[in-house]
Amino acid sequence: MSTPKKVYMDHIAGKPVDSRVIDAMLSFIKEFYGNPSSIHTFGHEPRKALEEARAKIAKLINAERVESIIFTSGATESNNMAVKGVAYRSMDRGKHVIASSIEHMSVINPCKYLKTRGFDVTFLPVDKYGFVDLDSLERELREETVLVSIQYANGEIGTVQPVREISQIVHRKNAYLHVDATAANGQVPIDVQKDGIDLLTLSSNDMYGPKGIGALYIRSGVRIEPIIHGGGQERGLRSGTENVPSIFGFGKAAEIAFNEMQAESERLSRLRDKLIKGLLESIPYAFLNGHPRNRLPDNAAVRFNFIEGESILLSLDMMGVAASSGSACTAKTLEPSHVLLATGLKHEEAHGSVLFTLGRQNTEEEVDYVVQTMPDIVKRLRVMSPLTPKELLS
Amino acid sequence: MYSEKVMEHFRNPRNMGEIQDADGAGTVGNPVCGDMMTIYIKVKDNRIEDIKFKTFGCGAAVATSSMITELAKGKTLEDALKITRKDVADALEGLPPVKMHCSNLAADALKAAIEDYYKKQKGRVENQ
Repeated sequence: MSTPKKVYMDHIAGKPVDSRVIDAMLSFIKEFYGNPSSIHTFGHEPRKALEEARAKIAKLINAERVESIIFTSGATESNNMAVKGVAYRSMDRGKHVIASSIEHMSVINPCKYLKTRGFDVTFLPVDKYGFVDLDSLERELREETVLVSIQYANGEIGTVQPVREISQIVHRKNAYLHVDATAANGQVPIDVQKDGIDLLTLSSNDMYGPKGIGALYIRSGVRIEPIIHGGGQERGLRSGTENVPSIFGFGKAAEIAFNEMQAESERLSRLRDKLIKGLLESIPYAFLNGHPRNRLPDNAAVRFNFIEGESILLSLDMMGVAASSGSACTAKTLEPSHVLLATGLKHEEAHGSVLFTLGRQNTEEEVDYVVQTMPDIVKRLRVMSPLTPKELLS
Repeated sequence: MYSEKVMEHFRNPRNMGEIQDADGAGTVGNPVCGDMMTIYIKVKDNRIEDIKFKTFGCGAAVATSSMITELAKGKTLEDALKITRKDVADALEGLPPVKMHCSNLAADALKAAIEDYYKKQKGRVENQ
């Protein structure tokens, strides 16, 4: 095979910042160093930039008002703020929180933390595709449930949740619905008003903006307790001098996403389907993680029996391809991905998972290259593995 | 995160495969944990004449399996039994701390293979 190329298909781990975003940020950093809270002229442009960015993000998700967007340091902070902020604010009304069992750790761990503070927490099961069990949701909702946190879509298996249905169920009781849209934002159209979302987590880098910046949409009327106290920025909900250059870049990224999302998502979906089909057809004992159709445009999550994910990633890397895995060996915890286990996979199946997440720079040639490269990698590792059935090797 | 030596053994594993008429075989780990390896040995005049491995697992699991076959080949059984997990990790110019425990099973697999050999020998003597 020809010399290894560099093929980046790990956009869930980090996305390149769009060059138009970089240009916008650079010119901003050079000229405008003032503090948006200052009364003098140096504060004017930063303040204007801050509010422009807020408006662009509000537009992307059709927020009912611009002020409903609160800037944070990223999705982890937004999720912490939503879960703990609502719980602390509403504890007089009730101390029960519900989340799906396939949430990101920045939802799961705040929920577990709340448990240690006297809250009752329910984690909802999902089916084999990763869809949240709506009957369980209905059953588990109580008068004292203050918050339900369910992601818009799962980054590891791509499954997009029926958010509107979930919202209707949640709002039949008095709970708020928090939706973590980190994996979905910039890929699928989100309309917080039509979808019935009370709080929404957004991440800048996941829409090709800079890292270290995110936002929490908080519907007007929803009251939460701040988790960072200080000078009272962001309507007192998130103190700390605003990271204006990054916010400016985030706004630009949201604007680009708004304009280009539809065409780009259609392009990515085609590449995704080609990649999935190519891998499943050319490799025996290869399976799809998540749902065949109802999945994020960028997400091709597959698993290969009898071999282990980290070995696959190292082998792919040797061929110039970057991907990620749900295997224990790539995690800090030494446990396979909680998402894959929640969908009912056995440990040994989860270990063999590989996740390709596509992005703006990926081409059809790159997809073809991965499809051509993968069979030999899988075969080499299967020859090495004591688990591979003899008949598969002959 | 891996040393160049680990990657070199991962790329070109030594003595990979199975010995059909092995004098001893040892398997450690399990697929649930994500690491499992089998070591096969042929013994002649109390020395490890041939050794092969099969491994399911991460890069460290493959590299340690490959390395132990190099360390053990040609050694007497007594000397081979003295090879420790640390010896394997050192020969690979170190392993990431998190892998020291979970994936560094090759020394255990070699011990299991040698014990299997002793057991078979004992069985043979008793049958005579």
